Amino acid sequence: MAQLCVVLLGTVLLMAAADDTGTRFNRLGHAMICVCSCGQILLECNHVGCPDSDRMIGELRTRLASGDGDTPIFNWFAAKYGPTVLAAPIRGGFDTVAWITPVAVFLLATIGTAFLVRAWVRRRRNTVTTPEGIPVQLPENDAVRERIRRETEY
Amino acid sequence: MPHPMPTFGSFSLLLALVLAVYSLAMGGASLWQMATGRSGRIAPERLSETARRAGIMTFAAVSCAAFALVWAAFTNDYSVAYILHHTNRDLHPAYKFSALWSGQEGSLLLWSWLLAAYGFVLRLRHKVDVRLTAHASTILSGVQVFFLLLLVFAAPPFSIQPGEIPPDGFGLNPLLQYPEMVIHPPMLYLGYVGFTVPFAFALGALIMRYPGEKWIHITRRWTMVTWLFLTVGIFLGAHWAYSVLGWGGYWGWDPVENASLMPWLTGTAFLHSVMMQEKRGMMKSWNVWLIFSTFMLTVLGTLLTRSGLVSSVHAFAQSSIGNWFYGFLVLVFCVCLFVFVRQRDHLKTENKLESIVSRESSFLFNNLILLVACFTVLWGTLFPVLSEYVQGSKATVGAPFYNRVALPIGLFLLFLTGVGPLLAWRSTTLRTIRRNFILPSIATVATAIGLMIAHVRPWEDQSQLYSLMAFSLGAGVIAAILSEFLRGANVVSTQTGKNLFTASLQLIQRNTRRYGGYIVHFGVVVIIVGIAGGAFNQSMEKEVGFGDRFSVGPYELRCQSYTEDSNPVYDTKYALLDVYKNGKFVTQLSPESRFYAASQTNSTVVANYSTLQHDLYVIYMGNNPETNRPIIKAFLNPLVIWIWIGVFIIIVGTFVALAPAIKPALATSRVSHTEAVAVGSGD
Repeated sequence: MAQLCVVLLGTVLLMAAADDTGTRFNRLGHAMICVCSCGQILLECNHVGCPDSDRMIGELRTRLASGDGDTPIFNWFAAKYGPTVLAAPIRGGFDTVAWITPVAVFLLATIGTAFLVRAWVRRRRNTVTTPEGIPVQLPENDAVRERIRRETEY
Repeated sequence: MPHPMPTFGSFSLLLALVLAVYSLAMGGASLWQMATGRSGRIAPERLSETARRAGIMTFAAVSCAAFALVWAAFTNDYSVAYILHHTNRDLHPAYKFSALWSGQEGSLLLWSWLLAAYGFVLRLRHKVDVRLTAHASTILSGVQVFFLLLLVFAAPPFSIQPGEIPPDGFGLNPLLQYPEMVIHPPMLYLGYVGFTVPFAFALGALIMRYPGEKWIHITRRWTMVTWLFLTVGIFLGAHWAYSVLGWGGYWGWDPVENASLMPWLTGTAFLHSVMMQEKRGMMKSWNVWLIFSTFMLTVLGTLLTRSGLVSSVHAFAQSSIGNWFYGFLVLVFCVCLFVFVRQRDHLKTENKLESIVSRESSFLFNNLILLVACFTVLWGTLFPVLSEYVQGSKATVGAPFYNRVALPIGLFLLFLTGVGPLLAWRSTTLRTIRRNFILPSIATVATAIGLMIAHVRPWEDQSQLYSLMAFSLGAGVIAAILSEFLRGANVVSTQTGKNLFTASLQLIQRNTRRYGGYIVHFGVVVIIVGIAGGAFNQSMEKEVGFGDRFSVGPYELRCQSYTEDSNPVYDTKYALLDVYKNGKFVTQLSPESRFYAASQTNSTVVANYSTLQHDLYVIYMGNNPETNRPIIKAFLNPLVIWIWIGVFIIIVGTFVALAPAIKPALATSRVSHTEAVAVGSGD
């Protein structure tokens, strides 16, 4: 029974490992570019008789089989074919700026807009319009008084 | 005369340049006289009129040049270097015509011709507002002068081939020999060039301190038509890439693609925020800069792709005219900044936001997200240059970057697409929020749960997470649009006693702009649903012999035969594949691989079996050199057809929005004027 469990566990692990290798191959193959100058993702290069993609895919399989991690594999390809082989800037250092900047701009712009809207709304509440239709800015206390007047008026 | 037609073309361009310069100079002089109140020997009105007429004649002259180039293509006049390099004798007549825009010089000529055509229409319709049109016409002449200078001095399309003239041309790039390529570039250029018109009106209105918002009403149709051309152009390009390039996708985030997307994003932002200016007199400076930016992005896009600054797979990209575009871009920016600084007091907002939870606020955030998306695309496009400058080596910024950064932004935008129309102008009460949001929220949550029950696993795969969010939010947006339609239709139905369908049609007629906009939003959601299907793509590659079979998804492909053929234009290898589903014959597909002798290049012809559920997309990858048997790659791409359906819905929606609204009093037959209640007023 114990032997059966070990065999079953081993089979499951092997299946999982095989599946993991397939997923990793797909993931890494989609994170690199074919160097045949087509500009396409390595696993999507479809040039008839492409001089590079088959060799590169073979090299990727070899690196995966050797048990290397993702980063060493990327480094190996970048060292052999140049950093442009990587489909996205993932070398660390200045490459990180590529990822951070859009997020930072998004956050800053959102927060900035939220503050701007809030300030506009406050300023709007702090303003009354004369019978002639001219908006007049009220001092803080006057604004409170005006609000109280409006809210207690009947 | 040894080369009559090229000479005629060259002189036409020269004449066009002279006319455009004259139009610019006389138009500028008349506007200066009007602005300062000084008058010369000729009255400013007469100067303005002569400038207008010169602008109209510019169109005639550029048309002659375009005609000369097309004529040279059809008569196989290989003395013209451009014709030699982009056509050959056996080329199909449609592609000979499209040679006009298949190379750099020709595409600049097309750009110039379209600009002249837009100017022609604008100048003919000058009575809409003579003074404003005179301003816009002069600005258009300025832009026209730049493109004609390029054509005359930097990229002349009628250059004569030196030395002995070959008996046949080098042929058109095989990838461009596809029916969509005959219409994709003109559509895209109509979009690009078209943004010059609202830009010219906005700049003109600012220069003359045009009172009120009439310039927006005048340019609204120009902007929408231009936006539609750009949208259709972009998606025709995507469809071409999907049908011709044969990698199974439709968008590769190439700099040339990005260049078309950036002005589309700012143009879309402008179309939304301009409503705030119309309705509430707000965001005037913002709108002016949005349309300035949109125009400058069309120039920047051209600069990026033609200067060689960034690498692109598009063959026309590299050239030496980048410096011209640098100069022009700087000049345009300086003019815009100068005019804005001088006239900024004219752009004071008339109203302030009254509530954070309001339609105005949602427009503001919608604009923000569109601009962040535009920045992200620009950043990704320029980062390789920046990386080379900082690190000494270029980095590639491809699909993995954009998928990770741009997708969340896109999803947030989708969320706002649903939320915006549900909020009222000025301020929205909690009760309204509860009433308007309940149905879309239920639709969103129910779709998410339904998809997870249907084995979508967002926690296992990031692409499935994005996909699930896109489907769920899309369902929410559709529910929001439907509830808006139903609410309005119910009111009309109650008033008129008509059934819900007729009432819906009447509702659209009463406020074409608002409901046309909703239809466009619906189209956008349908496109996003189509794109989200990409998370579930499958593919299979196999070498096949006679009778061999293999499966992808629910389909089984059996190789019936494979063979080779030849014609004067290309040699072809193709396979005949019978497709079965659940054991039943469905269709026969014939993927091809072609070799074009004239240009010595290979090309694939994709075979695609498209259904509402998925596309079976098959490519002939080549032959195994050892067995000489074909290698076939088959993709199962879910929901792709919905992208093209979505574009069609956008076209319909834009036409509805462009149509004039019928007033409720005319539309209702059974209700008196006093009873008529405007439904769905406002956008």
